[in-house]
Amino acid sequence: MTDMAARASPASAGPASAASAGDGTDEANRPVAVVEKRWLGITVEGWQKILAPIAIGVIVLGLWEFVVRQAGIAHYILPGPLLIFRTLITDWGTLSGSLWITLQITGLALLAAVIVGGMLSIVFTQSKWLELSLFPYAIILQVTPIVAIAPLIIIWVNDTLLSLLICAWIVAFFPILSNTILGLNSADHNLVNLFQLYGASRWQTLIYLRLPAALPYFLGGLRISGGLALIGAVVAEFVAGSGGTASGLAFRILEAGYQLKIPRMFAALVMVSMSGIAIFLVLSLISHLLLRRWHESAMRREN
Amino acid sequence: MTARASRTTPAIVARGAAGRPVVQLRGVGKRYSNGTLAVAGVDLDLRAGEFASLLGPSGCGKSTVLRMIAGLGEPSAGRIDWPTARHDWRDQPVRDVGFVFQEPTLMPWATALQNVMLPLRLEKVALRDATDRATAALNAVGLGAFLSAYPRELSGGMKMRVSIARALVTEPRILLLDEPFAALDEITRHKLNDDLLALWAKAGFTVLFVTHSVFESVYLSQRIVVMAARPGRIIADVAIDAPFPRDAAFRTSVAYAEACKVVSARLAEAIGA
Repeated sequence: MTDMAARASPASAGPASAASAGDGTDEANRPVAVVEKRWLGITVEGWQKILAPIAIGVIVLGLWEFVVRQAGIAHYILPGPLLIFRTLITDWGTLSGSLWITLQITGLALLAAVIVGGMLSIVFTQSKWLELSLFPYAIILQVTPIVAIAPLIIIWVNDTLLSLLICAWIVAFFPILSNTILGLNSADHNLVNLFQLYGASRWQTLIYLRLPAALPYFLGGLRISGGLALIGAVVAEFVAGSGGTASGLAFRILEAGYQLKIPRMFAALVMVSMSGIAIFLVLSLISHLLLRRWHESAMRREN
Repeated sequence: MTARASRTTPAIVARGAAGRPVVQLRGVGKRYSNGTLAVAGVDLDLRAGEFASLLGPSGCGKSTVLRMIAGLGEPSAGRIDWPTARHDWRDQPVRDVGFVFQEPTLMPWATALQNVMLPLRLEKVALRDATDRATAALNAVGLGAFLSAYPRELSGGMKMRVSIARALVTEPRILLLDEPFAALDEITRHKLNDDLLALWAKAGFTVLFVTHSVFESVYLSQRIVVMAARPGRIIADVAIDAPFPRDAAFRTSVAYAEACKVVSARLAEAIGA
């Protein structure tokens, strides 16, 4: 007993020990970022990720060009990649105008989807009754094929651009709605308790807790909706088959099909695909920038 | 330095015992909507400045009692009074509690400082004032160098410190802890126990500490309230008279061993009951 008492340091339970915090809080035990070798700012693994798909692409395109040349396939049946690329450059004037229109519709539809989907999900999570009574209709809107209702919308809405916008919006808004609702309801229950404990208002709980907790879910929905908005815009335009100056890429594809300008058709198709990839990359980048400090999805595994 | 036997009515022994209790539970019971009777007939007075533990097997309703004191869920029977609390404009007593959950329960998107500032921001304290007070609270738990760290950049023990700083930043009259260190390793747990005692000695708030560890409750408390399950009820109220400050030497003292023996016996009754 006596030697044990002598061994114990007299200061160990004083207030000073609370300030020093020796356990696990010292420099040595903090998580450290591993420094990796980089080339042009990209890690070895990063280069693998970039180069592997590019290699596959080059091989496939090479094979395609080879087969088309060897078998002498007519360009109005299947043009080679080089011809498509050349058409992309020669027809850039018309195609870029159409691309701009399609991107405008896509962007505006996505914006409307974010605003309406975001607002509705907040309203739904604030009022159980509104959610119960309105959510089924949101699902109906989602499961009805857009090709089937696009003609109606085009008849009802006089302005072609506006009708395309509505079609693209219908396709795009549901993932944002359902994901954001899931996110708003996914706040840590103990954190909800904590907010209740400090007498937080509904508004404070929404701003400080539910919205930040929903952000990763919302961004997940946004990435899906970005692609869907483009698909919606293209599909609606196919149905509308509108001519004139204000025509998007889908109309160029239809037009090129009628005129058997297959290389041009492929060029427009390439542009649609590239736009989809670009939208996905931009939204992924936004998501990464917003989540990189705290969310698991934006973190590297440290082992 | 002896552990006193159990009593049904708590006698006044602790320091700062003069005056009315901070919180008073009378015949408190809780029946959940599915019919389960979690807690029945709990009478408990917490005196100003005392360090009390609520000890019992899992499922004995000790967390339920703690949550009802915090105002998370109303009792279905009995009443909880705050004799010395001020009252708000609706004439409701202002509980003025700090709560530490079993998990750190931090907002992952916010830095340590922002997390600790939260209770102040919710009370609409001005940003500058809130920043100063939260910084001071983090300094007090030894995390002054980690103000801008995000929770995922902190170890388990450090996250718990942030959680304690958040509970104390409002300078509550009573600190409620729900098995706060159960998930931590023993070394970290001992360190946090000592730091909690130091903070308590300095600030003089009342503590109610829920735990299922006899050793932890004896080391920390002036008083241990033992609960039994089905339905949750108090079966013993043991005073631990060892002086403060307590340190590692106390863990190896005869008084500690004696107290552990007495409390273990009560806990065994609780499990057998």
